[in-house]
Amino acid sequence: MTGVLVSTRWSAIPTAALAAIGLALVLVGWKALVIVAGYPPFILPPPEMVAVRFVTAWADGTIVPHALATLLEVLIGFGVGAGAAIVTGYGLARLPLAERLLSPYIVAAQATPILAIAPLLALWFGTGLATKVLICALIVFFPVAIATMVGIRAVDAGLLELARSLRATRRQVVTTLEIPAALPSIFGGLRVGATLAVVGAIVGEWAGAERGLGVLVNLARGSLYDTPLLFATLLTIALLGVALYGLVVLAEHRLVRPR
Amino acid sequence: MSDPQPSRGAAGPLPILELRDVAVDFRLRRRESVEALAGVNLAINRSEIVAVIGPNGSGKSTLLRVAAGLLAPVRGSVAFDGRPVDGPDPRIGLVFQEPRLLPWRTTFQNVAFPLELAGVAAADREARTAAGLLLVGLEGAGGRIPSQLSGGMRQRAALARALVTEPELLLLDEPFSALDELTRERLNLELLAIAARARMTVVIVTHSVQEAIFLADRVVVLSERPGRVVADLAVAMARPRSLRDLDAAVVSATAHEIRNHLGAAA
Repeated sequence: MTGVLVSTRWSAIPTAALAAIGLALVLVGWKALVIVAGYPPFILPPPEMVAVRFVTAWADGTIVPHALATLLEVLIGFGVGAGAAIVTGYGLARLPLAERLLSPYIVAAQATPILAIAPLLALWFGTGLATKVLICALIVFFPVAIATMVGIRAVDAGLLELARSLRATRRQVVTTLEIPAALPSIFGGLRVGATLAVVGAIVGEWAGAERGLGVLVNLARGSLYDTPLLFATLLTIALLGVALYGLVVLAEHRLVRPR
Repeated sequence: MSDPQPSRGAAGPLPILELRDVAVDFRLRRRESVEALAGVNLAINRSEIVAVIGPNGSGKSTLLRVAAGLLAPVRGSVAFDGRPVDGPDPRIGLVFQEPRLLPWRTTFQNVAFPLELAGVAAADREARTAAGLLLVGLEGAGGRIPSQLSGGMRQRAALARALVTEPELLLLDEPFSALDELTRERLNLELLAIAARARMTVVIVTHSVQEAIFLADRVVVLSERPGRVVADLAVAMARPRSLRDLDAAVVSATAHEIRNHLGAAA
């Protein structure tokens, strides 16, 4: 599959069809691996077994409460994290003192693995929703804050001068100029943040929880010894991430006009 | 060199804009600055069209920014309509060298921007924006975004944006310099027509001697940095003017004189 091939004959194939072909290839390869290597289902279940388990686990209510718990954590965590990050990113861009004061801590917090921070947060805030939201928000924070800072800093100085000549208030500059101008960059950060939000929720659940897809992963692997369910759960987590990402892209298409 | 005097009759009316001994420094680094303007005296009378010309770096744009209240001089005073300027004034319109349109807004929304910021009610805003677009011949392009406009159309939109607030004084900073000559000439003609109709006072910065003469009642020549006024010449050409007037003898005589001053300034 060289680039030349893709650009000549494959370019005529619609994206959806191409995705279906890719999926079919993966499934066939997966099935072939199971047959050829002879893995038992508890190591690598064949795709059709996972598919069946996925459907039954959703139908019999095995996954639903866990998925809902994780979804709630992800949505709140993403909202809180992204909201705080946009405000902070703006501050970092416009207040040089704030940037010099805060950026070492923001970078240090990002450099410390969230996996290592999670147990501490669970110790402080318990194993309830708050801890997961916090972990989720923390991991979403960095990319969105940096993207916002970069976007705001890149706002054309000429447009800012124009706004000043038109006696725009501070608030008007923010709402009519800076935010719209920085929106493409902010959405770049939100896209990264959307996928990380799911990671944050799972990590938070591993640090202690009664419900959630992260919990189900541990249950399926440990006490239930149900590898097909483990795969079905992973698939659910992946789909959750894809859905959230899609939601962000949808919002971006609505809010960011071509320019 | 003769001492340039702002042309002001003894009993004449108050100039709409008056700069007295205006000096501006630009700080490069700590303790290091460049003098952009050094004691500029300039009085602009109502309904007058004045062109400011000078070599690159003579502080022409700086002069305009000071007049627009975007830049405070380190020395001297600026008065608009008899009152000191301490910031941008809604009665002053400003057109920059670049169109400076918000790329995510349509042409209509861009032209309406100043009215929106000023809190003008929607119905009034739309009527005035439509009138502004009509004035610059963009009535059919209101729905397009700036990237879908030609360079000339973008600068027309910028002009319309400066006109919708119905300013008494219009300041233009080499507004058409990025356009081809034909487009520039047409826009200059339209600008003259608009200014005449609205009895607007216009100060236009340019680096084209021809353009200065064609547009202005008076041409103010700035020296090289630090800029000061080295000549203030009246253009003895009747209005309304047409492009053919550019061939008149008075034009070449005035151009000759301006070039002499520019040469002396350089």
